Amino acid sequence: MMDGAKFDDALTGEQKIRNFNLNFGPQHPAAHGVLRLVLELDGEIVERVDPHIGLLHRGTEKLMESRTYLQNLPYLDRLDYVAPMNQEHAWCLAIEKLTGTVVPRRASLIRVLFSEIGRILNHLLNVTTQAMDVGALTPPLWGFEEREKLMIFYERACGARLHANYFRPGGVHQDLPNKLLDDIEDWAKNEFPQFMEDIDGLLTENRIFKQRNADIGVVTEEDILEWGFSGVMVRGSGLAWDLRRAQPYECYDEFEFQIPVGKNGDCYDRYLVRMEEMRQSTSIILQAIEKLRLPENQGDVLARGKMTPPKRGEMKTSMEALIHHFKLYTEGFHVPAGEVYAAVEAPKGEFGVYIKSDGSNKPYRAKLRAPGFLHLQAMDKLTRGHQLADVAAIIGTMDIVFGEIDR
Amino acid sequence: MSDALKELGAHIEMQRPDCVIGWDVAYGELNVDVALANIVAFVDFLKTDATCKFSTLVDITAVDYPERAKRFDVVYHFLSMYQNHRIRVRVATREEDIVPSITPVHPSANWFEREIFDMFGILFSGHPDLRRLLTDYGFRGHPLRKDFPTTGYTEVRYDEEQKRVVYEPVKLVQEYRQFDFMSPWEGAEYILPGDEKSKANG
Repeated sequence: MMDGAKFDDALTGEQKIRNFNLNFGPQHPAAHGVLRLVLELDGEIVERVDPHIGLLHRGTEKLMESRTYLQNLPYLDRLDYVAPMNQEHAWCLAIEKLTGTVVPRRASLIRVLFSEIGRILNHLLNVTTQAMDVGALTPPLWGFEEREKLMIFYERACGARLHANYFRPGGVHQDLPNKLLDDIEDWAKNEFPQFMEDIDGLLTENRIFKQRNADIGVVTEEDILEWGFSGVMVRGSGLAWDLRRAQPYECYDEFEFQIPVGKNGDCYDRYLVRMEEMRQSTSIILQAIEKLRLPENQGDVLARGKMTPPKRGEMKTSMEALIHHFKLYTEGFHVPAGEVYAAVEAPKGEFGVYIKSDGSNKPYRAKLRAPGFLHLQAMDKLTRGHQLADVAAIIGTMDIVFGEIDR
Repeated sequence: MSDALKELGAHIEMQRPDCVIGWDVAYGELNVDVALANIVAFVDFLKTDATCKFSTLVDITAVDYPERAKRFDVVYHFLSMYQNHRIRVRVATREEDIVPSITPVHPSANWFEREIFDMFGILFSGHPDLRRLLTDYGFRGHPLRKDFPTTGYTEVRYDEEQKRVVYEPVKLVQEYRQFDFMSPWEGAEYILPGDEKSKANG
């Protein structure tokens, strides 16, 4: 009996230690929404993570099956509510792919402009709140000030600060006033670079920030493929994969921009990549405004046809236009039967829309592919062996927003 | 673009004639129909073959066709970051069929398969942890099936007397409004009750 098989009885009470299970969330500021993590801890080291998601599940995909294509558009805003227009973009691209609609040039430029504003909106929130997760309070206060300015641009374009419903199949809802273009340009040229310098000064060389982020949550190329990462999670590890460059949609191929990549694939590199992407987006915004001012890029912002409403003036004089308007907003438009997948490089990664259409005015099945879903799935892989405090840093850097993960 | 996809489709069919039931290129995307039993081997082939190199799993989802004998389509999307192309793989399955899990090839399939199990009730064999993912703890039914009502069966509220959240059958104060706006408007084919008579006569 003394063969050591029952060694346990030699341990004192103090030595008999079992792993500790901890519920992290769903109501925790560092959980970025309603994430519930069941953590198994050995002391302060994370042994196992089991994310429980679905607390914000609203059944978007089910609801979409009973609504017309146009009525479904606002649901896309409510997925990743940090950068709403980027999601709408994927939905519109999918419909345009099915119907073969060509978007007018001006609308295409406006879409690029607002997609990049969305990217900055997202990265501002992510970079600054991630800094808050690791202990800094000033960045989110400053960052939200800038976000507010951007949301005012949203409001001036479409009337809503958050849930825009601005990109429409066939273009964008309304043209932009010139004053708005001037103001965006002024912001991108004179205000934002200064702000970026301030944030840079606060965080980049900050000792605490570096200690909390460098070498934490390292992502390798193998992880990327195994877990289906996209967006900054890929670029932070040195792979220059960006759908805007690799599979250009809209008119991104005309724009000059660099794709920043990290070297070590840790949280700190992802922070640096996000900072640089904001600078690149600012440059794209300026280029888009430049192009929008050119005389050849004036004109209509909607591909006039069955998918888009007639002009107000026409409706006052033409009976057909009035009928068209009525039918469009009740019955909606029909798309050809078939299935398509359209993806955009959303700020968080590849956001895709899969539509199965049966030729009627409603999608037979719509699937929304959220980048955060796959990132969160790898939580167990990434946090295993880290300290409990690093869990917050890693969730922050993964850019989790529950609107899109739970759908 | 579609020429390259056609070449790729032909290549896949030539390499794996036993798996591929059919393939086509539509809307600039390559679709491949695969037999249920061969899906894991086929996905592994897609991942390792040098021409395909579909290294990333983008998405798995399912579509419900209640009127078909093989009721569900499980739809896989793959992306190759090296060759820069995409593919869609479809597998038709009956309600009682068990789909082989592709988690050994792509670990990222884990949550997608859990979601499909949750939403459609399709079972996956060889899945490490097939629990519900998005719905409530203790939820019954599979919401994305076409025969599941959009309103659901239960509703929850906080009960002031019992001091806890209670589950009750759904009570609608007003009937769920599902408008049918379909009408004979020019352009598309319409499915209207009564319309088939005019076609039968004329």
